[in-house]
Amino acid sequence: MGETRSCSFYVLAAFFALFVLFLYGPIITIGILSFQGPNGGLTFPMNGWSFHWFFDLFEQQAVGDFWGSFSRSLVLGLTVMVLTLVISVMAGLAFRKPFRGATFVFYLTITSLIIPSILISLGVGLIFNIVGLDVHWSTSGLGAQLTWTLPFGLLIMFAVFNRFDRSYEEAARDQGASNWQTIRHVVLPIIAPSLIGIALFGFTLSYDEFARTLLTSGSYNTLPLEIFGMTTNVTTPVLYALGTLTTAFSLSIILVFLGVAWWMRRRQSRFGSDAGKGLV
Amino acid sequence: MSADAATSRINLSAWLQISPLMAVLGLFLVLPIATIVMVSFWGFNEFAFYPDFTFDNYAYLLTANVTYQTYLKTLKYVVLAWVFTAAIGFTVAYFLAFHVRSLTWQIALFLLCTIPFWTSNIIRMISWIPFLGRNGLANNTLISLGLIDRPLEFLLFSDFAVILAFVHLYSLFMVVPIFNTMMRIDRSLIEAARDQGASGYQVLTQVILPLSKPGLMIGSIFVVTLVMGDFITVRFMSGSQSASVGRIIQNEIALLQYPAAAASAVVLLLTVLIMIAVMMRLVDIRKEL
Repeated sequence: MGETRSCSFYVLAAFFALFVLFLYGPIITIGILSFQGPNGGLTFPMNGWSFHWFFDLFEQQAVGDFWGSFSRSLVLGLTVMVLTLVISVMAGLAFRKPFRGATFVFYLTITSLIIPSILISLGVGLIFNIVGLDVHWSTSGLGAQLTWTLPFGLLIMFAVFNRFDRSYEEAARDQGASNWQTIRHVVLPIIAPSLIGIALFGFTLSYDEFARTLLTSGSYNTLPLEIFGMTTNVTTPVLYALGTLTTAFSLSIILVFLGVAWWMRRRQSRFGSDAGKGLV
Repeated sequence: MSADAATSRINLSAWLQISPLMAVLGLFLVLPIATIVMVSFWGFNEFAFYPDFTFDNYAYLLTANVTYQTYLKTLKYVVLAWVFTAAIGFTVAYFLAFHVRSLTWQIALFLLCTIPFWTSNIIRMISWIPFLGRNGLANNTLISLGLIDRPLEFLLFSDFAVILAFVHLYSLFMVVPIFNTMMRIDRSLIEAARDQGASGYQVLTQVILPLSKPGLMIGSIFVVTLVMGDFITVRFMSGSQSASVGRIIQNEIALLQYPAAAASAVVLLLTVLIMIAVMMRLVDIRKEL
């Protein structure tokens, strides 16, 4: 192109840089403050540097049940991830056909996404209360979280199939592949990088979910609930240490997923098509 | 095979594939809403709630002054959060879609904006403490610059902090759909406008802005519903000093006044549905994916 950048480019670039600073600045700040010395407080200045608050985190009585809530969130996140992936892909396949009730199912899914979370929390809690069951993170909590992750999964599937080239499938069918073979050996490998995206949404949205889990997780807290409980009674940088650790965990999960998706796409573009490379 | 048989076979296989989704939504979305509607007509005392058919919960809710004050307050949050997220979202998306020229950079910068979405909202709220607190960075900077003598008290635990957190948490819900819509705008339209002598500003306001409206609407639906039903951001960032519709419901739940909470929830749901219905008239979501 080679045109010179206009003045508005630099103004907008500066605005964008400020926006990124606005997004990341606060979390970087608590990252720094979590290394406060043993006598340091919740704000600057730094009172020496130490790992004191990270060690504090691992003494159970000091800050509540950190390991327990972390492992519950991890198990729940992985379960939600797998279920979101399977259910979304199945539903996505269904939506490629014009079936009766498709519009209804679509709007129901959108409702699930934009309904105020407190209604899910309250409603699920009420059902369990009336039926006489105890709410538990692995039953009511799991279901409540799926109402939040599934719409994202399905919307991604829509985006994927709207861009999907059906001629690959037709080619497979022409060669005599059955329905299942076409899906298993043609459709799924092509959409695989997007499936990583759904898995990423499924895991991270569950791992950080708060509002829909609040009244549905029962007596054992997930990590976000545990952290929120801490905000009311913990007034030391141990709160930041916990925030830093779990954000670092989230970031590494995100990077792994994005890395895998990127690697799969590259592999596809390298091996996926030999168009234009043949001997005419 | 007749056309009818083929159609019903398609319907059957589609419904088999959709059945797990419907099972989850039926059990954890439809049934809970139905239960809330039912319980909103129940009665309660200090100890328990019990089946009944009474309009007392609604009567109390709709005659209490505090209800209207809280709705006004919540609407104020919605309007302010919407104005800021829409302005920021549009500007950021416009920069990414029209001023960043290579696709690789567009994707990289776009991901940079979306990564915080996959981290914890609670921690992102907590992370404002060192900035906004009495001895926080903002106050210290303003004092050392000589702009103020005493720390500003309104920074943390105030409406200002609530709006700031909403903008911080939800700008992304604007950036993503607006960017998505902008990327589909046919570039030749812009060329055409330029050829006809439109200035950069005219292209922005008369070509790009109208064509970005669907994305803007989808983002608006997200932001409006998220803020309308919020209880946690308002509670944390206002230091429990401000009310919102969601917080009223949460308080009623904490007091075990489930029928009252259910009635409040029904009114909230109706309010949100009306707001969405108005916005949906302006855009077809399925076309935008």
